[in-house]
Amino acid sequence: MLRYLYGKDLVRHPRLLDSMFRHRAEQFARRLKWDVTVDSRGYERDAYDALNPLYVIWQLPDGSHGGSMRFLPTLGPTMVADHFGHLSGGVRIESPLIWECTRFCLAPGSDRRVAAALVLGAGEIMENFHLSHFVGVFDHRMERIYRIHGVVPDVIGTQGSGAGMIGVGLWEMKPEAWPRVLARVGIGRATSRAWFAASFGAPAARRAACA
Amino acid sequence: MKTLEYLIEELQRAEELAHLQTATERLRDHYGISHVVYHWVNSVGERFGAGTYSSEWVDRYLEKGYLRIDPVIVGCFQRFSPVDWKQLDWSSRAAQEFFREAIGYGVGNQGYTIPVRGPSGQFALFTANHDCNDDTWTRFIAANGRDLMIIAHEFNRKALEFESASALLRTPALSPRELSAMTYLAKGYSRARAAEEMEISEHTLRVYIEAARHKLGAVNTTHAVARALSAGLIIV
Repeated sequence: MLRYLYGKDLVRHPRLLDSMFRHRAEQFARRLKWDVTVDSRGYERDAYDALNPLYVIWQLPDGSHGGSMRFLPTLGPTMVADHFGHLSGGVRIESPLIWECTRFCLAPGSDRRVAAALVLGAGEIMENFHLSHFVGVFDHRMERIYRIHGVVPDVIGTQGSGAGMIGVGLWEMKPEAWPRVLARVGIGRATSRAWFAASFGAPAARRAACA
Repeated sequence: MKTLEYLIEELQRAEELAHLQTATERLRDHYGISHVVYHWVNSVGERFGAGTYSSEWVDRYLEKGYLRIDPVIVGCFQRFSPVDWKQLDWSSRAAQEFFREAIGYGVGNQGYTIPVRGPSGQFALFTANHDCNDDTWTRFIAANGRDLMIIAHEFNRKALEFESASALLRTPALSPRELSAMTYLAKGYSRARAAEEMEISEHTLRVYIEAARHKLGAVNTTHAVARALSAGLIIV
């Protein structure tokens, strides 16, 4: 199921936390060879993890991480504004209606359903919190992963080419995308709403969703 | 009946706390709800607020130290997503007694609170509060949630201006691309045509427009274009 957890709340889910940061190391440090830091516990974490971001995580039946991504408001420090402002047309992308989405991560061996579930989570966030866009930084290999999973961003600007390409892109969830994404995850909207409510909703909703 | 654009512009002309207070009253009347409240904690832990709760409730809240147990404060602190009060944990005895007492002092049973984070640990909450059933409130949030998020940030911007005791640039600087986008819109170009002229996707254009809207403190695109024109940032 999908979990929506702030960084400070993630500590109460040690298995999820542990497997997520290890899978991030696997994908971003080892496979994609990004210039990221892996600590002594084998976790890939950066300065933005310390800002209490909102994580959307696909949780496997055994309670471990199947896939995740991370959100921060563009009104605060973001990767795009801090390091890639030159790729957004000279415009500082900052608005209460736009969040940055980073570290789109899939656990080794995960299938297309997981990627679709993460897109679904992003859609629920966008709709429930009245957002208009997500902005994010991606590279050539992530662009390929996005294409495979049908979540190609709208590119604002890029630098470099081929393997060294880095871009800033935008995502939104159009109304017509919902049926396709839900079908890929194999659930109805009611279930998606129940997952959202389980993380954000009233305690009663939390109990019902876990039943 | 004043439009939202007018109320926001009035808020942005505020020069002292009393004007923020007036803004909360006007917004309450505009939306026809029980209360509108803006409450912040600045970087040195000082708190102040403006809002329509009764002064008796504010005094009682402070006297009892409710800041420590108020589920709204707990549920919003250090987070950045808006909260419908029904989503919070009201299960503790203390929370239930607090809620009953709040109702007794005229606070409505429904609430929507938007956390706003500013620089240096500044943190504020903007709340819309009303007495109605769940469906009515759900509809109110669906219809007005976006605008309320924008309003919350304008209150915070103004409060930060007061704290720094310096007026922020009255005329915000728009980047060249933002100026281009605003100028095309002001000339009556459709978004599709403006994007074509600027050789960007419509999607990218919308984000440039949104960034400009936020800088200009406008409620929507039409309002943003009007402000850019009246500030002399663009000419048609």
